[in-house]
Amino acid sequence: MKNKQNTFWVFAGFFFFVFLVFLGINAGETRAILEKATKICLSCIGLG
Amino acid sequence: MGYLRRLIQFVATFLTNSSLGFILTRKIYQGPLKSICVPGLNCYSCPAATFACPIGSLQSIFAGIRPSLANARYHVGTFIIGFLGSIGMLAGRFACGWLCPFGFLQELLYKIPSPKIKIPKILNYGKYLFLGLFVILLPLTVLDAFGYGATWFCKYVCPAGTLEAGIPMLLLDPSLRKLIGILFYNKLVILIVITFFTILSRRPFCRTICPLGAIYSFFNRFSIIRMRFIEENCVKCNQCLRDCPMDLKFYEGANQLNCIRCFKCYTDSCRFRAIDIEIAGITHPSYKRRINGTLIK
Repeated sequence: MKNKQNTFWVFAGFFFFVFLVFLGINAGETRAILEKATKICLSCIGLG
Repeated sequence: MGYLRRLIQFVATFLTNSSLGFILTRKIYQGPLKSICVPGLNCYSCPAATFACPIGSLQSIFAGIRPSLANARYHVGTFIIGFLGSIGMLAGRFACGWLCPFGFLQELLYKIPSPKIKIPKILNYGKYLFLGLFVILLPLTVLDAFGYGATWFCKYVCPAGTLEAGIPMLLLDPSLRKLIGILFYNKLVILIVITFFTILSRRPFCRTICPLGAIYSFFNRFSIIRMRFIEENCVKCNQCLRDCPMDLKFYEGANQLNCIRCFKCYTDSCRFRAIDIEIAGITHPSYKRRINGTLIK
């Protein structure tokens, strides 16, 4: 019984994080990542 | 299993860095795939990088959190936290063992013949310090005049960035060479020191510094795929320790924070069937347990 409860919470946690992914996409975070990742951040790589 | 893992590590490293157009264009890939993070540590300023680095992205989101909130954009890191959390909930540090290009490189460097040393256990906690301080706290709190923070881990520590982006960009674009300063030399020294220790010990960066491994490690005990220790079968022969890429004794804990789920102990090391895999609470049905010298179901 305890094992089943644990498994339930593990899956609940997994789907919670998947929900956060969609929340982030909806908020436009992937666009923000794209903007950052397509430019060379010179200070990030130790230059400048 | 060892060959399969090597193959998957190689394929993951290639797919993460498969944008080879930079050889002609001398520019980094700027396509839409860069909006997606990879599960492993891989600098997105690397000329060949096809995807974004989760730690770099997390820092840049945190660094810009105040202007983002002020402009009602609400970019607070839910995408990356959700991405890392869902991978962690699925299999803990599995990504470190199978998909991380920097982890793969460290395993290859360790094969160079040399005297081998053990890393003191206390240093294992270093990665939590780097995560808390350099990835979360400093980007959130040390701000410039416009309210933006900096990507502290990338800027001052990350050896993957120096190796995959700093050095290649200097080779590709000679005009960048005038920007070499104390910051670059600092990162170069870190890269050299870590490379040196990688030859001497197993995955030192993953164990002591990597903030991504630190995040995944929190999920090792709670993930859907977990390891299980069958105490009755263990004879403490230490074969698991000899084979483990993270220097772990399995009998000290089945889901230790440093376990990267390479499954080598399960498939190759343990001949006494003291190690099992549990998926969503279900274990291998035909797995036998040894009690008082007798194998039973």
